[in-house]
Amino acid sequence: MSPHEHGHTPAGGAGDVGRHDGHLGFEQAFTSAGSAGPAVRAGWDEPPARKGFFTDTSICIGCKACEVACKEWNGVPQDGIYELLGSSYDNTGQLGASTWRHVEFIEQRKPMAGLDTGITIGVPETALGPDISLAASGHASEDVLGSLARAVHDKPLVDLGMPAFDLPSASPDAGERTDFRWLMASNVCKHCTNAGCLDVCPTGALFRTEFGTVVVQDDICNGCGYCVAGCPFGVIDRRVGEKGVTKNEGIAQKCTLCYDRLSENQTPACAQACPTQSIQFGDVDELRERAEKRVTQLQEAGVMNAQLYAEDPEGGVGGAGAFFLLLDEPEVYGFPPDPIVTTADLPRMWKHAGLAALGLAAAAATVFLGARR
Amino acid sequence: MAECHPVGFQWVMEAKARGAKVIHIDPRFTRTSAVSDTHVPIRAGSDIVFLGAVVNYILSNNLHFEEYVKAYTNAANLVSEDFRDVDELDGVFSGYDPETGKYNPTSWAYEGHDHDDEGSGQGDESQESSASRGAGHELGGHGAALEDTDVPRDETLQHPRSVFQVLKRHYARYTPEMVQETCGISPEQLLEVCQAVTANSGRERTTCWVYSVGWTHHTVGVQMIRSSAIIQLLLGNMGRPGGGIMALRGHASIQGSTDIPTLFNLLPGYLPMPKVGEHDSLDEFVAEIASPDQKGFWTNAKSYTVNLLKAWWGDAATAENDYAFQYLPKLTGDHGTYATVMSMLRDEIDGYFLLGQNPAVGSAHGKMQRMGLSHLKWLVVRDLNMIESATFWKDGPEIETGELKTDEIDTEVFFFPAAAHVEKGGTFTQTHRMLQWHHKAVSPPGDCQSDLEFFHLLGEKIRARLAGSTDDRDRPVLDLTWDYPRLPDGEIDPEAVLKEINGYFLEGEKKGQLLNTFNEMQPDGSTSGGCWIYTGVYADGINQAARRMPGREQSWVAPEWGWAWPANRRTLYNRASADPEGKPWSERKAYVWWDEEAQKWTGHDVPDFEVGKAPSYRPPEGASGPAALRGDDPFIMQADGKGWLYAPSGLLDGPLPEHYEPQESPVSNPMSRQQSSPTREVFPREDNLQNPSGDEPGADLYPYVFTTYRLTEHHTAGGMSRWQSVLAELQPEFFCEVSPELARERGLTNNGWATIISARTAIEARVMVTERMAPLRIAGRTVHQIGLPYHWGVGNEALVTGDSANDLFGVTLDSNVHIQETKVASCDIQPGRRPRGPALLDYVAEHRERAHVTTLTGNQQRTPPGGAGAEHASDSASHGTSSNLQVGEGHAPAGRDTDAGPDGGTR
Repeated sequence: MSPHEHGHTPAGGAGDVGRHDGHLGFEQAFTSAGSAGPAVRAGWDEPPARKGFFTDTSICIGCKACEVACKEWNGVPQDGIYELLGSSYDNTGQLGASTWRHVEFIEQRKPMAGLDTGITIGVPETALGPDISLAASGHASEDVLGSLARAVHDKPLVDLGMPAFDLPSASPDAGERTDFRWLMASNVCKHCTNAGCLDVCPTGALFRTEFGTVVVQDDICNGCGYCVAGCPFGVIDRRVGEKGVTKNEGIAQKCTLCYDRLSENQTPACAQACPTQSIQFGDVDELRERAEKRVTQLQEAGVMNAQLYAEDPEGGVGGAGAFFLLLDEPEVYGFPPDPIVTTADLPRMWKHAGLAALGLAAAAATVFLGARR
Repeated sequence: MAECHPVGFQWVMEAKARGAKVIHIDPRFTRTSAVSDTHVPIRAGSDIVFLGAVVNYILSNNLHFEEYVKAYTNAANLVSEDFRDVDELDGVFSGYDPETGKYNPTSWAYEGHDHDDEGSGQGDESQESSASRGAGHELGGHGAALEDTDVPRDETLQHPRSVFQVLKRHYARYTPEMVQETCGISPEQLLEVCQAVTANSGRERTTCWVYSVGWTHHTVGVQMIRSSAIIQLLLGNMGRPGGGIMALRGHASIQGSTDIPTLFNLLPGYLPMPKVGEHDSLDEFVAEIASPDQKGFWTNAKSYTVNLLKAWWGDAATAENDYAFQYLPKLTGDHGTYATVMSMLRDEIDGYFLLGQNPAVGSAHGKMQRMGLSHLKWLVVRDLNMIESATFWKDGPEIETGELKTDEIDTEVFFFPAAAHVEKGGTFTQTHRMLQWHHKAVSPPGDCQSDLEFFHLLGEKIRARLAGSTDDRDRPVLDLTWDYPRLPDGEIDPEAVLKEINGYFLEGEKKGQLLNTFNEMQPDGSTSGGCWIYTGVYADGINQAARRMPGREQSWVAPEWGWAWPANRRTLYNRASADPEGKPWSERKAYVWWDEEAQKWTGHDVPDFEVGKAPSYRPPEGASGPAALRGDDPFIMQADGKGWLYAPSGLLDGPLPEHYEPQESPVSNPMSRQQSSPTREVFPREDNLQNPSGDEPGADLYPYVFTTYRLTEHHTAGGMSRWQSVLAELQPEFFCEVSPELARERGLTNNGWATIISARTAIEARVMVTERMAPLRIAGRTVHQIGLPYHWGVGNEALVTGDSANDLFGVTLDSNVHIQETKVASCDIQPGRRPRGPALLDYVAEHRERAHVTTLTGNQQRTPPGGAGAEHASDSASHGTSSNLQVGEGHAPAGRDTDAGPDGGTR
């Protein structure tokens, strides 16, 4: 197995914890952030190197081959109905029980170079079109106000780049753009080192594989849904469908990092299908090195907002097995900026034995709060 | 490219990672733009102006590759003094006949070749025969013939009638200001592109242009690509690694379907289809392909033709019967897809085969297509799914409007389920001319069959029906070689077909062996080969297309992955990668070169040159064919061995590219009085009405430009993707992409509905408001563009359905290749859903009437003095005064009962 370069596994930890790093392992989990750790802590003797994804969104072309390959290989059914979301080229919406890879499309307004649209600062009222008031939702109203503020101060607003697909037509200052950016990113389960879903699973359906990944055993899952609230990223969910018709209806489902393919020494379907190597599969240690090199390269090239996400072993989930290179702040992609495993506070609470009852109540509250992030 | 060719785009991303600059020129900001260094938004259909300005920049700043241009192009050739450029003739080149809408290209010829009555039968032929057919396409592989190549030249390029100076004068009109006024691109951004392209060209570096149907689907498509060819020749980017012009094909083997064509006017290997009355003998036919006096390999055309005839008719093809040349069908005119549909409407066609094609959704003017199908007696549809072309008779749009009634349609539709590519063996030929063999993985389910099985069976049945016939007309079918072996699984062996294409020795000691190269083909019936350019795919008796040696285990040219025609050559005309003396232009760009010691050409690729011909070789007096090519003539398939900056023959719409506006455009042509291409094929019919353009009255009723395209998630007309839930859910509904500015102008809201209107119909789409669509400033006003992906169709069979974007288009064609203009037209857009049923027809007609549309509108080839509007205003009924005399009686009402309109304006 790989050496413990990124931390240490507590002596005897693996043996004591048993195969599943369930409820007993909280404290160890937080002293062990190493990439080689999780499988060992879960009780695997001499597991192979931890496997994961490095998703480099800077070279994603948004082709969605990952979504298709994932569904084809894993037999994941249709998600929802055939309906346009009106959200750029994203008609998937979010990760869930029937979407294990999700390509996000973020349209960002920036000055557009070399283009004379004939529309200059400040669009006259008459040009706003008849439906401006009709179209203005809360969000759009903000845009209207924002543009007024801009007209007054003649100073560009700070654009967080948050997706604003609802009624962009209501935004009167669009004509000023002279540049544009379209971010694409393939989202997936993070396969956390400290996995909240795994921690709270009462049946053992969720388990840590020898590859350090987190997988649901659908024949064991009873559909209780604790894991759904336990994930700080909102990845795992129970499958909605028709009872007796939809495969695994009611069962918690998510990316398995193609456990079956890994077992046969094959690359997961999404990474195999990715034409631009935006999704890179490999040993987590090696992927981390690659990711750090890449982010440095981009920053040196002037892409100052390039940053790694969920990669840091010191971070709130102990370093994810699937991490990302982003071109903007995590919020822009709808990622929580500082994800912390929902069970992080539990060990401390357990120490307050005298307040056990209260502590348990608090833990439950934490779980539910986590689900709402 | 990222949108429609994501797998191929990995190499662009790899090049980018290695430092290549990627520039994306497109009306829309797409997934390609998102990862490019620069996106240049352009008005759809204005590419010739943009590219022309690049040429102007090169010539004005002397940035051309001087040695390359002088040695390898026709820059020094002198043009006939009769030639007149468009600036002298009010927007047309010399030789234009406003009566016929055609050019007599005689005046475009090189000096000394400009007389009809001399030479070897080229004169009259070139204006009559080649003008009345899609000459450009038929000449696909070999360019135009020349009588001979003894052309006066001025090696200093200073003679006012040298091609170089003609070019300079022509392109002086293509200024940055013109680009701004026509394309909506700023001088700064133009300069950025010009600088990037020229800085990245020369001895040490090369630039590649990549295009797809965004250039081809125009009435001036051929000239758009010619523009790029001129840039590449001036910069020395042809025949060199990293250079070239790359045509992205739309389907897995579309390259293969032109090599071994599904086109009416081509035979395999880019041999033209013979014409009735002109090619009564093999010799007459061969003489037209290449004059025996010209240079180059097309002088071997007889050999290629005889081998094809031997492959098809075997022992029945003998020297005595001209190798069964008479068995070939002869063309009587245009039998292209749109001409065929109009023939259907005249009830001239009984039956139709649709093979993996969904014209009810994928072709221009869907209504005309569907109405045409409704006139057939029978229709065979072979497809993976029950596509709209197979169900138009029960749930097509015309059923809803009442224009068609199911129980009144006599067409009998036969649907045959087809095998998918993993269910059959065969080759794909991609844009690199590379054949890649794919093996059968599983047998087709149920009744599904491969095309090979289907046609073999059909052939057997027809031959059984005709068996014993003594009628001469049945001989071509009965004498066909139809003896393909079956594999143990019972299916025809597809490799036997590939071997037949490769060709065999039929006589001598090698009898029965496969040919290794087309140079082994003989014109005497002793060899056979079904497609001469594919000969060698079975070299050494091995299926070379099935090779799969990983790139890391071979040279960077990777010659052992698949097989590329011709002769496994990966870059065509690669003699040009070395200088005239045969040395690489630079070490960095070394590709093939002359090995002085070994006295032969060598290098990383298979040299595209006679291997033992020294750079210093000069042909003897009176030489012809390959022997007439000098040792420094790299373009060996051209009639003079040179790259053509100027085309003295072979094109029907001009020797140089000139910008004309699309058939439908809200913009008046800023370059000249001539609004649209004067040779475009127009069809003034009641069922093919056109929007007014430019300054014409009523043009403001169709004020917006729209373009159509594909999304990554779907394939063309949807036959392969709209029945797959994993793909359908990714793009479930037809939508239009509009800018926030246009949304405000028309009151459109994101994810609401919009109706898009042309003179043909109105369709509805969900609205996607996005800043990826940018309004352009053109000629002092804002021009909005609308994006329409064309994957959806009306029916009840697919998982996802919707109105078809192609229904908006009319039929207007490029004169060279009969391609339809489906990448740009004009329209109006209104919020909300379209009217249903017969009300839709009224809605479209009402819009049309407000715009004063008649059959004449947009259908005059030559724009009248004062503009189309002037003519229009005078009296739209006085057709006879029009410069286009085809219009005349074009008042045939649409519909199946009275559709006897003239078949197009051009013939």
